[in-house]
Amino acid sequence: MSLDSDAVRRIAHLARLAVDDREAEGFASALSDIFEFVETLEGADIAGVEPMAHPLDAEQRLRPDAVTETDQRDRFQQSAPSAEGGLYLVPRVIE
Amino acid sequence: MEWETVIGLEVHAQLNTVSKIFSGAATAYGAEPNRQACAVDLGLPGVLPVLNGAVVAKAVMLGLAIDARIAPRSVFARKNYFYPDLPKGYQISQYELPIVAQGHLDIELEDGTRKRIGITRAHLEEDAGKSLHEGLGAMTGIDLNRAGTPLVEIVSEPDLRSAKEAVAYMKKLHALVRYLGVCDGNMQEGSFRCDANVSVRPVGQEAFGTRAEIKNLNSFRFVERAINFEVERQIDLLEAGGQVAQETRLYDPDRDETRSMRSKEEANDYRYFPDPDLLPVVIHPEFIERLRTELPELPDAKRARFIDAYGLSDYDAGMLTGSRELADFFEAVAAGCDAPKLAANWVMGEFSAALNRSEVELRDSPVSAADLAQLLCRIEDQTLSGKLAKDVFEAMWAGEGDADAVIAARGLKQITDTGAIDAIIDAVISANPAQVEQYRSGKDKVFGFFVGQVMKQTQGKANPAQVNERLRARLLGD
Repeated sequence: MSLDSDAVRRIAHLARLAVDDREAEGFASALSDIFEFVETLEGADIAGVEPMAHPLDAEQRLRPDAVTETDQRDRFQQSAPSAEGGLYLVPRVIE
Repeated sequence: MEWETVIGLEVHAQLNTVSKIFSGAATAYGAEPNRQACAVDLGLPGVLPVLNGAVVAKAVMLGLAIDARIAPRSVFARKNYFYPDLPKGYQISQYELPIVAQGHLDIELEDGTRKRIGITRAHLEEDAGKSLHEGLGAMTGIDLNRAGTPLVEIVSEPDLRSAKEAVAYMKKLHALVRYLGVCDGNMQEGSFRCDANVSVRPVGQEAFGTRAEIKNLNSFRFVERAINFEVERQIDLLEAGGQVAQETRLYDPDRDETRSMRSKEEANDYRYFPDPDLLPVVIHPEFIERLRTELPELPDAKRARFIDAYGLSDYDAGMLTGSRELADFFEAVAAGCDAPKLAANWVMGEFSAALNRSEVELRDSPVSAADLAQLLCRIEDQTLSGKLAKDVFEAMWAGEGDADAVIAARGLKQITDTGAIDAIIDAVISANPAQVEQYRSGKDKVFGFFVGQVMKQTQGKANPAQVNERLRARLLGD
């Protein structure tokens, strides 16, 4: 499998990354090399092997359902570019 | 051409935990903006999610109630998209390995037959925040209190064939999550909402048509209307030689139409991958069995018991078990007055009508189950006629006290003393000799006149059956 520069531009857009046309060409070839590398793994016999979801062989710990956080809105909003009436403000987004 | 509608629903139910799915922030509805959004909910650098155990238990209970497979191992994944109310740039959800799979729910169709609706899966995920556009000029305000609220998304098979079936399914599921006590079901507050995947195909065709997804339907009425509109739209389009686009649409209740949300289209590539911040969730059989023993009586079982134990009709039992609150209320009334059929009639009749008329939720009812039971006892012991009982009920509803207090205050006690009734009857008979003559010469209709006169004299407090019996005896006997 290989990626062309259109696919790279599309992925970059989905990830909100600025990639110009020249860079897109370069990434297309670099990413295609990675795919090629991964493809060699497809030759491995994986019959009976569970897909791995996490490198640690452990299970998720659960926490009790209790409120442990206190209100720190004012602190958090000091580092926001813009806030008003308790709301974080962003450029207008509307359907 | 004849068309067949095909619908699948994705229902989002907020799990009613006190804290969020991955953080210890509160989930209470209606707090001031961002007072319940902690560093984890905000996606600040360096934070890690820790799964709320109650969320897992509630999802397992739902899975058991829909006879589904509980995954011994399920995995959280990141669903990547950009929107200001999603601070991390991804939503933690489940993708390939959901916690619940392959269940079903039986719904009842209008003709009384039952239909089994498949449930493909139910997975856990976090809710996003809310965007507010009003009164902020060129800006949008973001409230992240809802971010991280636990959701279970319940995905049905495309087994539904009409808007009515879709509503029946959604209502059944709504009742179920409330019976289970895993979701408060408050649709105004968005605790229970759905997306509908709608397509049409010519009758007899096996392949599905192209579907449109209608987002964010938060009332049963909107689900029905939106689906009906969408079906019409698709049929018109196809019959005019057009094609249905696979797209996301939004229902506008003010205009009663769906319209395309083009902006969401390009986001439909979510690039899911397992979330490295969370380990696989392992559910042990002992945990499942413990929860199985804690399951409450579910709607279908309760309905069967109501028929069996109280001698109710299938219809009445179905109505009363439509919600756990109503079923519990009915049982409390029935236990308090020992007259289950009378209790059923009153709970479904006068009582439900009063709730609707006053637009009051059952839990806020001014008349408690014990109050209603007392009133029904007064019908049973003949203190009140059915008609007077309705007046007393109105007074109780208006806050004039319990049944006995209203009866005493208004002097409404039914007259069952035969001596008193006979005296009134005698007075009526002697005051109307002409009518007595008519009756005795065979004009039966005049009887109604006498009953009316007696009831008038007693201000409706005489027992009607008793009046009839004694009046007839005296008119004929003299």
